[in-house]
Amino acid sequence: MINYFKRNISLTIGLGLLIFLILFTLHGLLTVEFKQAYPLAVRPKQPPSLKYLFGTDFFGRDLYTAMVVGVWQTAIIGLLAGAAGTIIGIVLGFISAYFSGLVDVVIKFICQILTPIPAFLIQVVIASSIDKRDVTIITMAVVVFLLSWMAPTLVIRSQVLSMRERQFVAVAKLSGMNSLEIIFKEIFPNLLPFIAAAFVAQVFQAVFASFYLAVIGLGPLREPLLGNTIWAAQSQSAFFNGWWWWPVGPSVAMILILGSLALINMGLDEMANPRIRNKE
Amino acid sequence: MFVIKRLLFVLLVVWSASTITFFIPRISDINPIRERFAELARLGGFSAGELEKIVESYSKAFGLDKPLMQQYFDYIGGVMTLDFGVSLNKFPKTVLMLIAESLPWTIGLILVTTILSFVIGNLVGALAAWPLSPKWVRGVSTSFILFQGVPPVLLAILLIFFVAFKLNILPIAGAYSIGTVPDFTFEFLLDVARHQILPGIALIFGSLGTWVLSMRGMGITIQGEDYVIFAEHKGLSSYTIFKDYYLRNALLPQVTALALALGNVITSAIVVETIFGLPGLGFVLITAIRSNDFLVIYGIVLFITIAVAVLMALVELLYPLLDPRVRQGQE
Repeated sequence: MINYFKRNISLTIGLGLLIFLILFTLHGLLTVEFKQAYPLAVRPKQPPSLKYLFGTDFFGRDLYTAMVVGVWQTAIIGLLAGAAGTIIGIVLGFISAYFSGLVDVVIKFICQILTPIPAFLIQVVIASSIDKRDVTIITMAVVVFLLSWMAPTLVIRSQVLSMRERQFVAVAKLSGMNSLEIIFKEIFPNLLPFIAAAFVAQVFQAVFASFYLAVIGLGPLREPLLGNTIWAAQSQSAFFNGWWWWPVGPSVAMILILGSLALINMGLDEMANPRIRNKE
Repeated sequence: MFVIKRLLFVLLVVWSASTITFFIPRISDINPIRERFAELARLGGFSAGELEKIVESYSKAFGLDKPLMQQYFDYIGGVMTLDFGVSLNKFPKTVLMLIAESLPWTIGLILVTTILSFVIGNLVGALAAWPLSPKWVRGVSTSFILFQGVPPVLLAILLIFFVAFKLNILPIAGAYSIGTVPDFTFEFLLDVARHQILPGIALIFGSLGTWVLSMRGMGITIQGEDYVIFAEHKGLSSYTIFKDYYLRNALLPQVTALALALGNVITSAIVVETIFGLPGLGFVLITAIRSNDFLVIYGIVLFITIAVAVLMALVELLYPLLDPRVRQGQE
């Protein structure tokens, strides 16, 4: 076990970063006053100090509290949209690959048509069609999920297709298992590494997409989501006014989140396809 | 036959994107025109009755009183001829005019950064996999993969902080210095170039990691191939092997990956533009979002979708030129 972590460095570092982030957020959630993440709670425009660890912004929000809440909300969006996208992907991928025929053609065709459309732009359309007062963390997750189930569908589909032809499935068929049994007892367990990788990739995409939406001002404007904080800082020309701590804090937090997810994803990829392992 | 197939696919993609952008706003209960004028009313007052009248007359002018199906066909027809309607905010200007004004900035930025990051990324990735490169080269080039997880936008903010804010070497934002008059003099062009350095670096490094990672993977796979071993035994110089065996073989899959990444490349460029306040498509988009100028938002979205779909099809038509194996397959 420990030896494996030593070999799979990206997985180890990624998980380490993720655990650090979780501890930071949990510790924060238990100690901060949530009110301070919203406007007019503290003295505005204070640089980082012992009292305000990450400074305060133009609107009088404590940026440390805002970051704790923001990372927490980012996690909710990522996990919700990631889980929903992965589940839809598994269901559609299985249906498409296992029953083949017309269903497969239709599902694959829809995925292929939707894939070249830049998902972010359609998300912009959806997000801007929602009344700005109605945007919440949950609607953000829904908007992101609506256009992110195609990739896991295609991945799971191709894996099931290749697995269907393997010998252990043929043996299972000959020994009289029905298709449901084969799916759940034979194919599904073998797919788990791919599903795990697809899930992490989905969470990454969801966090990324919701962050971009928030940065251009389509997030839930009242919430201290990391992208929103950057958007607010940009709208108030934070750098021109010398309030550098305002946009830099959430950027570093976002780099850590996305970095840890990307590293975990690379590690899982290596676990799922040992063939890409570096022969050294 | 192949060309016709690709063209049909492009049309299908554009049709589905425009269908989505047509129906989504109509499912939601938001009325773009009312939203826009309600905002104006809040700022500098006309009464509620007048607001309704204005909304009604504008709805008529934009054809929103026609039956839904009629509207839909007009809309699709408009999109296919690149007619996205009129901006609500800058009224006499059409959406296409706004796009045309800002497009040169965006195209310039995307073209330069994409080519540079593609070339640098593939070279670095090949060096990372190549058994003959010195250990430190391999270490440094492999570490470039770390950039894969960092979106260009975040890189942009950190660059602004360290280079523009702390060191004060390059401008924080804008496309040219405040107070200069846009003109084709040498000083002005130099000024513009200085303002493009940081967004350029952010975009290049933000997309570098992907190329390094995939090129390195391909390089590692090629190493064990018989033809590489044969070439080594034949006594070919290591430079020839690197150029003609490593890079050449990875060209087709990497160009395919580039075509697939186009959507992401353009999205990133647009968001980076908004961070730096460059007057490209991103700026038009963010202004439209701020002022509820819905037709401009939809127009930009559809324009980029069309561009991506067409570019992807063009790249696929280039395959036979890049790879002789594809050429033979088609004949």
